[in-house]
Amino acid sequence: MSDRLAVRKTYKLYVNGAFPRSESGRTYEVADTRGHFLANAAWASRKDARDAVVAARGAFAKWSGMTAYNRGQVLYRVAEVMEGRHAQFCDEVAAGEGLSSSRARAAVDAAVDRWVWYAGWTDKLAAVLGGANPVAGPYFDFSMPEPTGVVAVLAPQESSLLGLVSVLAPVLATGNTTVLVTSKERPLPAVTLAEVLATSDVPGGVVNLLTGDSAELGPWLAEHADVDGIDLTGAPPGRAMEFEREAAGTVKRVVRPQVPEQDWTADPGLSRMTPFLETKTVWHPIGV
Amino acid sequence: MAGMTHVLDPDALSDGARLLPAPVDPFSDVTRSDAAFRAFLHGLPGVDQVGAESRVAMLGTRSIKTTAKAWAIDTAISMVDLTTLEGSDTPGKVRSLAAKARRPDPGDLNTPPVAAVCVYGDLAGVARQALGNSGIHVAAVATAFPSGRASRAIKIADVKDAVANGADEIDMVIDRGAFLAGRYLDVYDEIVAVKEACGTAHLKVILETGELVTLDNVRRASWLAMLAGGDFIKTSTGKIAPAATLPVCLVMLEAVRDFRAQTGTQIGVKPAGGIRTTQDAMKHLVLVNETAGPDWLSPHWFRFGASSLLNDLLLQRQKLRTGHYSGPDYVTVD
Repeated sequence: MSDRLAVRKTYKLYVNGAFPRSESGRTYEVADTRGHFLANAAWASRKDARDAVVAARGAFAKWSGMTAYNRGQVLYRVAEVMEGRHAQFCDEVAAGEGLSSSRARAAVDAAVDRWVWYAGWTDKLAAVLGGANPVAGPYFDFSMPEPTGVVAVLAPQESSLLGLVSVLAPVLATGNTTVLVTSKERPLPAVTLAEVLATSDVPGGVVNLLTGDSAELGPWLAEHADVDGIDLTGAPPGRAMEFEREAAGTVKRVVRPQVPEQDWTADPGLSRMTPFLETKTVWHPIGV
Repeated sequence: MAGMTHVLDPDALSDGARLLPAPVDPFSDVTRSDAAFRAFLHGLPGVDQVGAESRVAMLGTRSIKTTAKAWAIDTAISMVDLTTLEGSDTPGKVRSLAAKARRPDPGDLNTPPVAAVCVYGDLAGVARQALGNSGIHVAAVATAFPSGRASRAIKIADVKDAVANGADEIDMVIDRGAFLAGRYLDVYDEIVAVKEACGTAHLKVILETGELVTLDNVRRASWLAMLAGGDFIKTSTGKIAPAATLPVCLVMLEAVRDFRAQTGTQIGVKPAGGIRTTQDAMKHLVLVNETAGPDWLSPHWFRFGASSLLNDLLLQRQKLRTGHYSGPDYVTVD
């Protein structure tokens, strides 16, 4: 009996609910920490980023228009599907980050828990961040948080799943849609997460995952006039300020990176949700 | 109907104001009878549908970049018939469309104006007033657009009303029912009558290719419309899917090319409906250049009937100018 032929994987992008190849046709090899080949990943180009922004913009009305409760249920369902892929995530995190299997399992557990935690926040944000304002006049005055719009995310380069979930889930929980550039060297957990999203209830276009180089795509997303906010966590060392300056041309919301990369196991609080929320305040006349 | 002879009144066609030299010499006898006209139209060479599709697919792969792209975008903008044909149209909407036609991108005054504003006949006067002496044409759809299901007297009155309201281009629909039933001379006579009612206004003849089913029919309808004196042949009303497709446009461009070669008369082409992106527009421009030739690459001879296309052209134009991607917040919502 002969050995089985190896099934060598060539992954694709996740844009608008589908899995297209890069428009450029480019791919690159992904290796584990010891340099062994793991898979081929699509190498997204600026036109893929452009198409992803169009998809995210198209999905925004539906996603932001859902009730917060419904959005939470959809996100919770994602965590369920992630749990079903637990073993696959563990293998990819262990190979990509060079972790022992027990530490990889701990990272995947933390990632699923983080997702569930953010899913729970969707219908509580309005109560915590909004409210009735006492004003000196015959008005009922209240404020409520609303999603900013399309948010570009440069995912952390090192923490390939826990870090990824920690930057993606808050953007979704607040009702934004996103174009996310994965870790360049460690994209495989993100590819698997794309498969999770495609088989859960998240509408196509809400999350668009591009495997590739944040140094190449970052400037295009930072300057893009139809992107409303950008998380620069995974920006290449030393270039975050340049990206922030480019983002200023269209007054985007910007989240700056921490150097070195932050400890993702720490409780994030609201720090990653509030940057991509706008406060709407309504003045309603009383007694008219 | 057999044995009945239709003879065109030569005086009806030799009105001094008409631009078209008619009757067209090499074909002066083909409309002498129903049978002769049918024999002529059915004698046109058949269209190889697979060949047409593969040719447009091949031409669609042309890569157009940098300065050529900038030229193509500006040319396409200048060819747009900015259109609103909704039951809910108001004078205010037409006025805002006219403002956009004159100055498509207020942020960049080098943007060329569009070719025409296309509205229903009752709003042609509003469009004419709003466009003033800007040189932008007012096109009105008439002849019981989009179905064309009305008696001829109503259609002629519709055309005269639109012209009286200030339209200098009339977009008529052919009687597809008559065409598909084989009553070609009826269709022909109607176009001739509408052309006469247009006076000095240019006549665009809408074939509604989505209802003609085959490319052979598209070729026949193109020739019919050209022989009858249409100044433009137009693919669709935009109310029926499929509207303008590249193979249909290819066949129509071949028809105008052949017609000029045989008669010396140049006819324009207007694809309308379903052209929404800059890439679509550029594919059409390549098709024009490679099929009919560069003589047609001007708003006098080629138009895009579109509404959302203009915004995409403007976004692409902004991208070329600024170096970064633009977004729908930077163009008007129509």
